[in-house]
Amino acid sequence: MKKLDFAQDDIIALATPAGVGAIAILRLSGQHCIQIVNQVFKGKNLEKQASHTIHFGTICDNDLVLDEVLVSVFVAPNSFTKENSVEISCHASPYIIQQITQLFIKKGVRLAKAGEFTKRAFLNGRFDLAQAEAVADLIAADSELAHRTALNQMRGGFSLKIKHLREKLIHFASMIELELDFGEEDVEFADRKLLTSLVNELQSIIKHLIQSFAVGNVIKNGVPTVIAGKPNAGKSTLLNALLNEEKAIVSEIAGTTRDVIEDELVIEGITFRFIDTAGLRQTNDPIEKIGVQRTEQKMKQASIILYLFDVNDNFTEELSKIKIDLDAQNIPFLMIGNKVDMLENQELIKNKILDLDFSENQIVFISAEKKLYLENLQNALLRMVNLDSFKNENTIVTNIRHYESLLHTQESLFDVLNGISSGITGDLLALDIRNALYHLGEITGEITNDDLLANIFSKFCIGK
Amino acid sequence: MYPQYDVIVVGAGHAGCEAAHAAAQMGSKVLLMTMNMQTIAQMSCNPAMGGVAKGQIVREIDALGGMSGIITDKTMLQFRMLNRSKGPAMWSPRAQSDRMRFAEEWRLTLERNPNVDFWQETAIGLVMEGNKLVGVRTAMGIEFKAKAVVLTNGTFLNGIIHIGEKQYGGGRVAEKASTGITQQLEDLGFESGRMKTGTPARVDGRTLNYAIMERQDGDENPEKFSYSDETKSLEKQLPCYITYTNQAVHEVLATGFDKSPMFTGRIKGIGPRYCPSIEDKINRFAERERHQIFVEPEGWQTVEIYVNGFSSSLPEDVQYKALRKMVGFENVKMFRPGYAIEYDYFPPTQLKQSLETKLVENLYFAGQINGTTGYEEAACQGLMAGINAHLKITNQEPFVLNRAEAYIGVLIDDLINKGTEEPYRMFTSRAEYRILLRQDNADLRLTESGHKIGLASAERLENVQIKQKAVKELLHYFNHQSIAPEDVNENLRAKQMSEIPQKVKINRLLKRPDISIADLKDIHPEVFAHVSKYDKYVQEQAEILLKYESYIEKEQKLAEKQNNLENVKLRDTLDYRSIKALSLEARDKLSRIRPQTLGQATRISGISPSDISVLMIYLD
Repeated sequence: MKKLDFAQDDIIALATPAGVGAIAILRLSGQHCIQIVNQVFKGKNLEKQASHTIHFGTICDNDLVLDEVLVSVFVAPNSFTKENSVEISCHASPYIIQQITQLFIKKGVRLAKAGEFTKRAFLNGRFDLAQAEAVADLIAADSELAHRTALNQMRGGFSLKIKHLREKLIHFASMIELELDFGEEDVEFADRKLLTSLVNELQSIIKHLIQSFAVGNVIKNGVPTVIAGKPNAGKSTLLNALLNEEKAIVSEIAGTTRDVIEDELVIEGITFRFIDTAGLRQTNDPIEKIGVQRTEQKMKQASIILYLFDVNDNFTEELSKIKIDLDAQNIPFLMIGNKVDMLENQELIKNKILDLDFSENQIVFISAEKKLYLENLQNALLRMVNLDSFKNENTIVTNIRHYESLLHTQESLFDVLNGISSGITGDLLALDIRNALYHLGEITGEITNDDLLANIFSKFCIGK
Repeated sequence: MYPQYDVIVVGAGHAGCEAAHAAAQMGSKVLLMTMNMQTIAQMSCNPAMGGVAKGQIVREIDALGGMSGIITDKTMLQFRMLNRSKGPAMWSPRAQSDRMRFAEEWRLTLERNPNVDFWQETAIGLVMEGNKLVGVRTAMGIEFKAKAVVLTNGTFLNGIIHIGEKQYGGGRVAEKASTGITQQLEDLGFESGRMKTGTPARVDGRTLNYAIMERQDGDENPEKFSYSDETKSLEKQLPCYITYTNQAVHEVLATGFDKSPMFTGRIKGIGPRYCPSIEDKINRFAERERHQIFVEPEGWQTVEIYVNGFSSSLPEDVQYKALRKMVGFENVKMFRPGYAIEYDYFPPTQLKQSLETKLVENLYFAGQINGTTGYEEAACQGLMAGINAHLKITNQEPFVLNRAEAYIGVLIDDLINKGTEEPYRMFTSRAEYRILLRQDNADLRLTESGHKIGLASAERLENVQIKQKAVKELLHYFNHQSIAPEDVNENLRAKQMSEIPQKVKINRLLKRPDISIADLKDIHPEVFAHVSKYDKYVQEQAEILLKYESYIEKEQKLAEKQNNLENVKLRDTLDYRSIKALSLEARDKLSRIRPQTLGQATRISGISPSDISVLMIYLD
C-alpha cells in the first residue's frame, strides 16, 4: 500500500521565534534528515556521529558558504519525535535562515505544518494525548509557573488524579449495575447513603479541579488586567512604564488611545496581560465612541481592574462613584493615584482618601512618568492574584478540553445526586453515572463498560 | 435423489430452529440437519426463557418475526416480569417452560412450514469446490448441496463431558459428540478455541419437601412474550421454590475437590464467571455462608426438577450427598448428576456483522459456536444468520441492527469486535442505550424492519402502526389537556400528594414519580375514563415516554453522537501496523478485525480513546 505521506518524510521548521536575534535554531525531523544535512554540512560525517552530539562546521550550497553553524544530531528513536532529528544553530538573520531553509527544500525536505513536530511525537508513541497537549502548552509557556504546570502535566500528575477518581466511581457504578443485572439473585444492594457521600466527595474534588482552571488559565494565558481611568489620567504612560517600551501612543491630547492595547508583563512568574483602554468619558467622536464601548466590554472580561486617577484632580466624587460601580461588578480592583510627583499638599490627599473608605490593599500611589513607587503597584498586583494557595498544588487544570470534560462530569454527578434524592431507579441513575465516567474517560483515555462487568465478576458472587 | 437447497442449517437447537424458520419464511428452501430429531429445540440447561436482558432479546426476536416468543408463550408454566420495582428499562419478562412441550412445539412449527426439510444425521464437514462453499457432507458420505450453510453446532463440536474423574465424549448427556468439522474449518484457516459450561443435577420432585422451602409464584396478572394475538397469557401457573446451601453442604462438596476436573486442571476450556459451578462459588467466595438455590419444575406433568444454582462437575456421589444436606432436599433422589462440558468454539471476531464468516463466503455461524451462552443469545443469532443467509443468496443487502436499535445489535457488535474470552451472556449493562432498548417497545423498534425484509407479517406491522398512532394521540392528550386545581386538589390531599397551585396540563401530574395512570382513577376520574379507552399497552407506552422523557432524550443524544462516528468510514487499505502511535494491542486488533467505521473501532476491546484520536488524526 501507499505509505502515508508524513510517516517518513523529512520536515523542517524554525524552532526559535522569528525576527532578528543572536542565534536561531532550525529543526529537522524525518528518516533521511541526518543524511540530507550531511550532504550540505562541511565538518565531521554526521551519519557516523553518536546520538546527542554537537558538531561545528559550515552549511554550504555547493561552494557557497551560507553560515557557520553548530549541528546537534539525534538518532531515532531517541529524539523528541522519535525520528531521526537534527537541530542547526545558525545566526539569526532572516536572510541566512531563509537561505538555509530553501537549500533544504531543494534537497527534498518540506516545511513543517504548525504543530507537526508534536503531532509526530504523539503519532510515534512518544506520549499520550493529554501529554501531547501539555507539550504544546509547554512550548507556549513563558512564565515560570506555566512551565511548572505544563511539566507536571507531562509527567502525568493530572491524569493520575483523575484516574483515581474514576476508579472510585467505577466501583460505585458496578454496585448499581450489580443490583440491576443480578437483582434476582442474592446480592447486596448499593447503599444510596454511601453513594451520596462518595459522589459528594467526588464533586468537591472535581469542583476544586474546575476552580484550578481559572488559576490554570491565569498561568497559561495571563491575568487579564484592565487599566481604566479618565482621559489623560496617565494610563498609557503607566503601561509604558511597566513594560519599559513605547507601546501605546502617548500624547497630551486627551482621548489619544482609541483602541484596546494588550501587552504582557511577568512579575515573579505570573503573567499579567495588561489591557490599556480608551478613557471613559462622554464623547461625540464616533471613533472614540467605539473605543469607549470596547473598554466597557473589556472591563467585564477583566480579572483585575486598575483604576488610575490624577491625585492633583478633585477626585473624591469620581472615585466614590467608580467604587460603587466596581463593587457591584464584583471584580477585584486597585485604585492608583498617579502623578504624585506633582503633588503639593500630601496631607490634604490623605484626608480625602480616608473619607473614601478604601482598604489598605485597594489603593497605591505612583508616578508613572517618573517611574516612582512602581514596585508598590507590582506587590499589590501579586497580592490580588494570590496564587500562593495554588503554587505548591500539583494538579492544576490548564487545558480547555479537560476543563470541559470536568464540567460535564460535574453536571452528570449533579444529576446523580438529584436522582438519588428524588429516589429514581438504578437504571436511570446508572445513565448519569456512566455519563460521568465517560467524561472522566475523555481525560484519561479509558473506556467503561467492560470495566464494570470485570469489576462485578471479580468482586461479587453472582450466577445461579 | 436429494434436492438442491438454498440454505442448510446444521443443528436444531435454539439457533438452528430460528435460522431454519426465518430463511424458510422468507422463501428459501431449507434443510435442517440434526443428529437426532427427538431432541429438536432441546433445552439442555434450565427450563426457562427470558430474564434480565435475555427477556428483552426474546421480545426483539418476536418483534422481528422469529418464533421463540410465541413458542415460549405456548409452553410456559409460569411467567414473571422481573425488576418491576426498577425503571422500565429493567423490566424483564421471564418464563418457566415445560421442557418437553417447548421442544415439541418448535418441531411442530417447523414441520408445518413447507419450505423446511429435515435430515437426521451428523454433518462431518462442508463440501467445498476450491474456495466456494457448495454444501454439507454427512457421516454416511451423502453430499447435500446448498447455496448457503448456517452452522449452529452448540456444545457438540468435540464435546467432552466431565463428572468427577470420569470423562467421555458427548454433546449433551447421553448424546454423541460431533467430530470432523473443527478440523476442516481449521484447515480452511479458522482459529478455534475451547470453552466450558455446566449444568446442575435433575432430581425427583416426589422426594422434595416443598413445605419447608420458600415458595415463588408467578405474577398475579401475568403478561407474555409475543406482541401478537396468536398467544394468550397464562391462567394457571406452577410455583418454583427457593432453598439455600449451608455450611454442611459446603463441607460435603469440599470432600470432592481433589476429584474436581475444574480444580485438578483436566478442564482446559474457559467457563463463564457469572454462571459458576457450586464448587467454584464456595471456593472463590468462601466468606459466604450460603448460596441461593432455585427449585424449578421441568414441566406441567413430569416430576423432574431442575436445581438451579447447583451446577457441578464433582463426582456424582458427592453431588448426591451434598444435595441431601439442603433444606427440603433431605430425602432427595437424583435423576442424573450435573456435569461440565467442554466444546470447540470459533472466536467470533472471524465474522462479519451479518454473521457470515470472513473466510468462507455464504457460511454463517450462530450460537455457542460463536462463544455465547444462553438460549436467547443463540436464538437471536440463529434468526439473524437465517435472515442474512437468505438475503445474501437473493442478492440483497445484509440486515444489521445497531447498538441503539436492539440488544441483538449490541450482542453481535460485541461478538465480532471484542470477541469473547468466556461464554458471552447478555447483560443490560453491556448496552449503552439501555433506556432505549426496553422490552415494552421492541415492536416499535423492530417490527417495521422485520416486515421490510419479509419476515414479520403485514398484520404484525399493521398492529404496530395502530399502536404507534394511538400512543401519539394519547401523548398529545396528556400534553395539551389542562386540569384545574379545584378538580384534583381535594383528591390529591386525600392521597397525601402535593396539590397543584394553578391550572396545569396532565403531563405535569404524570411526570411526578409518585403518580401513575392508575392513580388518575382517584385523582381525576374523568381523565381516567378517557385514558381507559386506550389499550393497556398503549397506556403503558405513553406513560413511559412521558415519565422518562428526559432520560430517553439524553440517551438519544448520546446515540446520535456515537452515530457520527459510525458514519466515518475507515479505508480498507489502512496499514495499522505502521501507525506507531497506536498501542501494540490496538495495531494488532485493528489489523485483524479491520473495522468498517470509526464507531466500530471504538468498541474493539483494547482500543482506547487515544487510539481513536490517533485514527482521527490519520483521517485528517
